[in-house]
Amino acid sequence: MINFSFDGKNYTAEEGDTLAAALLRNGIGLVGRSFKYHRPRGIMTAGIEEPNALVTIGTGGRTEPNTRATDVFVYEGLVAKSQNRWPNLSFDVGSILGLAAPILSAGFYYKTFFGSAKRWMLYEYFIRKAAGLGNAPTVADPDRFSQRAAFCDVLVVGAGPAGMQAAVDAAEAGKRVILVEQDSILAPSLVRDPQEQDAAWISATAGRIRAANGLILTRTTASGYWEHDLVTLTQRISEPGQIPAHGVAQRLWHVRAGHVILATGSIERPMAFAHNDRPGVMLSQAVRTYVSRFGVIPGKRVVIATNNDDAYKTALALADSGTQVVAILDARPAPAGEDSGFRVYNNAVPLSTKGARHCLTNVSALVDGKPISFDADLLAVSGGFTPVVHLHMQAGGTLDWNDAAQAFIPATSRQNVTTIGGGADPQPIFKMVPVSPPKKSFIDFQNDVTLADVDLAWAEGYRSVEHLKRYTTLGMATDQGKLSNMAALGRLAEKQGVAIPEAGLTTFRPPYTPVTMGLLAGAGAKDAGAHVRQLALYQLHAEKNPIWQPLGYWFRPRAYPTDGETLAQAALREAKAVRTTVGMTDVSTLAKFEVSGPDAAAFLEIICATTVSKLAVGRGRYTFMLREDGLVFDDGTVWRLEENRYLLTSSTGGADRMATHISYVRQYLCPHLRISAVNVQEHHAGIAIAGPKAKAVLAALIGEEPPRHMSTVPAVIGGVPVIILAASYSGERAFEIYVEANKAATVWVACESQTTAQGGTLYGLEAMEFLRIEKGHLVVGGEVDGRMTPHDLALDKMLNKAGDFIGASGLSRPALAEPGRRQLVGLEAITGDIPEGAMLVTGEGTSPQGHVSAAAFRVLAGGSIALGQLTDGFARHGEELIASSPTRGQQARVRVVAPHFYDAAGERYRD
Amino acid sequence: MMQFTCPHCGPRAQAEFVYERTVDSVVPLDASPEDAMATLFTRNNPRGVDDEIWRHTYGCRAWMVVTRHRVTNEIIAIRAVGPEALS
Repeated sequence: MINFSFDGKNYTAEEGDTLAAALLRNGIGLVGRSFKYHRPRGIMTAGIEEPNALVTIGTGGRTEPNTRATDVFVYEGLVAKSQNRWPNLSFDVGSILGLAAPILSAGFYYKTFFGSAKRWMLYEYFIRKAAGLGNAPTVADPDRFSQRAAFCDVLVVGAGPAGMQAAVDAAEAGKRVILVEQDSILAPSLVRDPQEQDAAWISATAGRIRAANGLILTRTTASGYWEHDLVTLTQRISEPGQIPAHGVAQRLWHVRAGHVILATGSIERPMAFAHNDRPGVMLSQAVRTYVSRFGVIPGKRVVIATNNDDAYKTALALADSGTQVVAILDARPAPAGEDSGFRVYNNAVPLSTKGARHCLTNVSALVDGKPISFDADLLAVSGGFTPVVHLHMQAGGTLDWNDAAQAFIPATSRQNVTTIGGGADPQPIFKMVPVSPPKKSFIDFQNDVTLADVDLAWAEGYRSVEHLKRYTTLGMATDQGKLSNMAALGRLAEKQGVAIPEAGLTTFRPPYTPVTMGLLAGAGAKDAGAHVRQLALYQLHAEKNPIWQPLGYWFRPRAYPTDGETLAQAALREAKAVRTTVGMTDVSTLAKFEVSGPDAAAFLEIICATTVSKLAVGRGRYTFMLREDGLVFDDGTVWRLEENRYLLTSSTGGADRMATHISYVRQYLCPHLRISAVNVQEHHAGIAIAGPKAKAVLAALIGEEPPRHMSTVPAVIGGVPVIILAASYSGERAFEIYVEANKAATVWVACESQTTAQGGTLYGLEAMEFLRIEKGHLVVGGEVDGRMTPHDLALDKMLNKAGDFIGASGLSRPALAEPGRRQLVGLEAITGDIPEGAMLVTGEGTSPQGHVSAAAFRVLAGGSIALGQLTDGFARHGEELIASSPTRGQQARVRVVAPHFYDAAGERYRD
Repeated sequence: MMQFTCPHCGPRAQAEFVYERTVDSVVPLDASPEDAMATLFTRNNPRGVDDEIWRHTYGCRAWMVVTRHRVTNEIIAIRAVGPEALS
């Protein structure tokens, strides 16, 4: 005995019950309200195709709305609620919508929407409240979802008799086999319809599969078939709303299979007749499942409507259970086979149903053209069988039409997939044409689509099945047309006057059954994306409790405030130290490439737009790189460390794309060059020391005369080998020290001690930004924004005249030399502080002629300055403009000047 | 998700690879400006077989040319490129 609750009332279930079985066991027939008209609905099926019995399971973060009651197994304490009803299920105010059915017919949304936007606004509120399914939970799901990759020779989907036989055959032939079954038990169809293969056969076969190292997964659905025989499986480890025993609620498998065998069977079809959606109308096989598998008899007086032999098994199962089979309505004109002993009417089709208090009371039928009615509380219908071809179609398959079964069956596929069992060979049926008035003859129960809606869509000119689907919403939501598509196709084909195969099919898209979003996100959901990397010197920074700033994959110190300083105060103090004494900072994240070999210079002159080969050993230079279209891509420095060995640096943020670019050029464009190009970005940590006293600090560290500006020497600091590059980003005499990352701490501590001894300090990215803006140095992503040519950035004098670098062709496009391009300028404020990102305008209401890419203050002299891009800016020095930022509500009057605010002659670099 | 047989590592999931461009959109180093721009900006998009450059970025990092049918995703051939592939 298992205790559960439904709509706040407590009930008991038997072990192994689905919620649907448990509800029927407790005599609950009314389970939900329909999507549009709020019609009372009951349980129609015993499987994942259930369109009506959608419930919300669980509480809090484990709430799972729109769960099919047929696809959840009852556990102790399960909490289920019905949906789309107010105030309660049996008295639902919304059901008055049923009376408004004429205005809610197919295309209602489109018609009102196109008619008038105002009307839509009015209706939308009402529709959103009234129409719909369950509500999504509003708190986070506490459960974990895991993902797993697997490989096998044979993946068998569906553990019916055919699937189990295929799995055991493959496993015993030495293949690696995975067998998946969406139900909680193996071979549920054999439990429903005992045949030669009985329970003993099932357990023996499962044992043989496992003995041959086959993997059997139950409660696992093959939800999608992707490229190259990749099948995703969604495995329920705990039931919806249930607290997982071992933390993981569900697992998503990515299975790459050598061969996929689909033994997915068929889904029984309902029939279209008036009021065929009433609780008490159930599919024939579902009735048999409840009787034979769960021991639940869903009715006392049963009418069966069929067009095939299979439904007679339902009659036998009901009779065995002592239930009265009132009549069998067989659409076939004459008896097929021997006398079953039941009261069989041939040439008989159901017409309509009646009910009271949401229960079926009466079934009327047309027998030989004459109406006849039966008192009954259960109507079991079998309208034929639709093979489950979803995975076959997702694999890029084609279908054949099987006229005897009135069904599509799998034909060819471009992947390694085979369909076996009932899905490949459905039972023959008698073709029926609906005779009831179409208005209340539902074909899509979940979306409240009737035959009349299909007729209306046709009358309004919707000819294609894809249009029909979108116009009527047929085939959407959780069941994705598993019950309705064939009925709709039949009606459409009838209207078109063609055979069903010519009417076309909609696309079978994954997932086969609904998949919870958490499962797709998996364990990585919380910190998806790029992982944060840690600086080699992280610990030394952290001890000083800096303000951190993300840069590329790293966090770098933005400033080191002391004594309650603000960011701006700290940054200004640090920048002043660099201008007046000395400062040091961590530049480890810069992109770094070591290029060596006899053709190293030639290779670098392909990558870089400047000359490289003219560098003497021990010298370096500023350089920049172009994209193939001639626009500036990145910039940095290049150093000749030895005769055939160079170090190239470029921006932190562009490091990955530069690494890819260098690799592409080396591997694809220049495989003949004798070089090695190695990404050493994280191999070296980097320390920059800048300021008038930087030279003194260096001399004390390395015990010799430091290299002059743009020179490099190897040296040793604190016993650790380093490379010294004399380069300056700040505008002061400066050095960069590169050291193997895992030995960087020793060097940093030595540098800090000498810097402090000279009265200097540490500085962060904010001070660095002040310094470089004042100096007019570029930032990739700021001034270098992917739209600027070397000329636009005033770099064109540095271009390699030989011109064999990447981007030389693109740069020679005439349009790039035309007037009207944005060009790099400096801006100084006349009044106000220049807002970063502001647009540059000539006056109120005029179009922007450029923008501010970076704003700062003169470090020593004070005053707001900025770098920016301005149309034809080179020729406009001296002009006054307005830098306006409406989003910040700030503006400043500015004067256009050269983009060098400090030591334009570069005298401070030199000794 | 497709599966590519890396010439160096064997069969691997597509997630390990990054697409670069089609072979016919490679700009040769000595291309004239007109040819370079035509190659960059007027590209083929065949409904059928095409040669594509992919990189095994989250694996051996080698580049390769994948000959793929762009409708059926059939992989017709994969060849290694780079210095090691020069004969």
